[in-house]
Amino acid sequence: MTAFGKLFRTTAFRLTLVYLLLFALFAASLLGYFAWNTRRLITDQITAGVSEEVGLLTGVFDRRGLRGLVFAIENRALRPGSNLYLVTTPAGLAVAGNVGSLQPGVMATTGWTETAYRRLDEQDKTDHRALVNVTALSNGFRLLIGRDLEERHRIFSVVASAAQWSLLIVVVLGLGGGVFVARRVLHRIDAMTGTTQRIMAGDLSGRLPVGRSGDELDRLAENLNAMLERIEALMNGLKEVSDNIAHDLKTPLTRLRNRAEEALAKSSNESEYRTALERTIEESDGLISTFNALLMIARAESGQARDNMTDFDAAEVAQGIHELYEPLAEDNGLTLSVQAQPAPLHGNRELISQALANLVENAIKYGQPKPAPQPLGADAAVAAETDKTILIEARREGDCAILAVVDHGGGIPEADRKHAIERFVRLEASRTLPGSGLGLSLASAVATLHGGDLALSDAHPGLRATLSIPARTGEGLAASTPDVQQNGA
Amino acid sequence: MSDSSNQMRLLIIEDDRESADYLVKAFREVGHVAELASDGEEGLSLADGGDYDVLVIDRMLPKRDGLSVIGSLRDKGNRTPALILSALGQVDDRIKGLRAGGDDYLPKPYAFAELLARVEVLSRRHGGPAEETVYRVGDLELDRLSHRVMRGAEELTLQPREFRLLEYLMKHAGQVVTRTMLLENVWDYHFDPQTNVIDVHISRLRSKIDKGFERPLLHTIRGAGYMIRDGVR
Repeated sequence: MTAFGKLFRTTAFRLTLVYLLLFALFAASLLGYFAWNTRRLITDQITAGVSEEVGLLTGVFDRRGLRGLVFAIENRALRPGSNLYLVTTPAGLAVAGNVGSLQPGVMATTGWTETAYRRLDEQDKTDHRALVNVTALSNGFRLLIGRDLEERHRIFSVVASAAQWSLLIVVVLGLGGGVFVARRVLHRIDAMTGTTQRIMAGDLSGRLPVGRSGDELDRLAENLNAMLERIEALMNGLKEVSDNIAHDLKTPLTRLRNRAEEALAKSSNESEYRTALERTIEESDGLISTFNALLMIARAESGQARDNMTDFDAAEVAQGIHELYEPLAEDNGLTLSVQAQPAPLHGNRELISQALANLVENAIKYGQPKPAPQPLGADAAVAAETDKTILIEARREGDCAILAVVDHGGGIPEADRKHAIERFVRLEASRTLPGSGLGLSLASAVATLHGGDLALSDAHPGLRATLSIPARTGEGLAASTPDVQQNGA
Repeated sequence: MSDSSNQMRLLIIEDDRESADYLVKAFREVGHVAELASDGEEGLSLADGGDYDVLVIDRMLPKRDGLSVIGSLRDKGNRTPALILSALGQVDDRIKGLRAGGDDYLPKPYAFAELLARVEVLSRRHGGPAEETVYRVGDLELDRLSHRVMRGAEELTLQPREFRLLEYLMKHAGQVVTRTMLLENVWDYHFDPQTNVIDVHISRLRSKIDKGFERPLLHTIRGAGYMIRDGVR
């Protein structure tokens, strides 16, 4: 019974029931109207026929008196399937006609009456019904003319039984159809529910079955599948992040612990303790900044940082970062320069500034020209001179705002470039320099958040890191575009 | 270090017992008075009734959220400077905190020196005199209107950013200013750089204002940041 209960609770089945009720009412009222109209038509025919005969026979009475009337009625009454006729004296005695009995009092009132009657010539004792007209003649005589209602009754009963059958058919077919549709829907929903339950139990790879009909349930299933796809990707990303955290934070944590342990075991005076504690704090600050960078990347990748998007110019960001890092580059024996042309953007200014800052910090860290032998010749000195610059570029290129940092250091071999953007990857001997190894990953995540990307390429020699971010479209752009073209030309 | 005229009355609203006790102890050690509330409701009623110089409010508190505590105080017209401590260290959350009426925002985990420096700056802002047009420290003078900087009789030429850096340091003369505070207030960036980029700017500024002069004014405070002040205390 629970199966039926489940079926009954489906929307499809309930809708079917509602429609069934509506159709049944509709069919019933249609048939009712038909029956009522048919009945009225028959009644009209009877009254018209009888009225005509009343006129005819009262004319006979007027012209030929009672004898003539009786003669005419006896004549008509003998015809098979004829009307009912009765002529009575003022005392109520029957003079002529084919009526055997009537309901009492019928002859007393003139006009139309419906009454039970029996014919004179009939053998059976059953009453029939008739519609009769009683007319008062002169001298107190009365004339009754009427017609049997059997025909009307028969037609009415035919209609009534048709109504019964059609209602029955509507109900049976409707219920059957409802059950069929509901079961079909229920079957598909059950399949979906099963899949979702498996997914909830932890199997994120499950997908909802999609039929071939392309109906609303299939579309729903397709959309849910796309959603599951996205959730699975996010979950995998999360898992990757936590794996990376576990893997790469454990090393510095272990180092931190070892140092504290060593200090506890070996330090003998206050200054040694102090040094050990200071190094511990330094190490934990490094851990905190790594952690912050990881969180920032995770947020950027999951699209959470979409708030706080504003309109700004990439050129201003480039100039700001140039201004901040120029002295640092100089201290490192490098020249930081900037070439900024208007490139309007819509984005998170703070994040884009940070991404560019990371690229510049990388360039300062790794952008020292290699002491490797330069090509022989007079140009060697000139080449070594230009090698010392780091260039920050901002410009508009097609639909993108470009922020690039070009250094002339060792660069990154082509095979390693993709790898370099991954989290925690610090290439080769760079582990002696400070940093979490997350700079490029963060820059890349910020670019992705804005619908752009980070590309690393060869600067012959050195590295060119390019952030391409879709430029702002709409108003304000028109004004800046010619400017860009002018500068570019 | 403890100077009774500089003593502050602080209210710390923090539900984690251990970090709250640590903060109270650390503030008392440097000579300030710190009181403690362990949930939002208690914090609100204490802050509303008491006369504090600065409120240090944890973002997530039982009974009443830190931001809502600040919001109700501001609604009642209480302008006591409030610093928000939060485990949510992101830029967005910082903006939310400042919008709710907070005056500064410090993500956890933080160094106590950083918190102390920020709290002292906030307190100065609360009770201090109106913005002056000329800042003076020793024989160093900075005119904010004409953008002229004089050391003794000599006029110094500073880059615009160096001027703003010096202006910020001199506005908070005698107070420790951390690297993060400088990056936030002079450059308006809220990330932590992996390099000593601020130190380089400071050393450039120092070479301009202190080099060749007998008495250095710009001091490095180890483990905390920088301070501009005249001579020894």
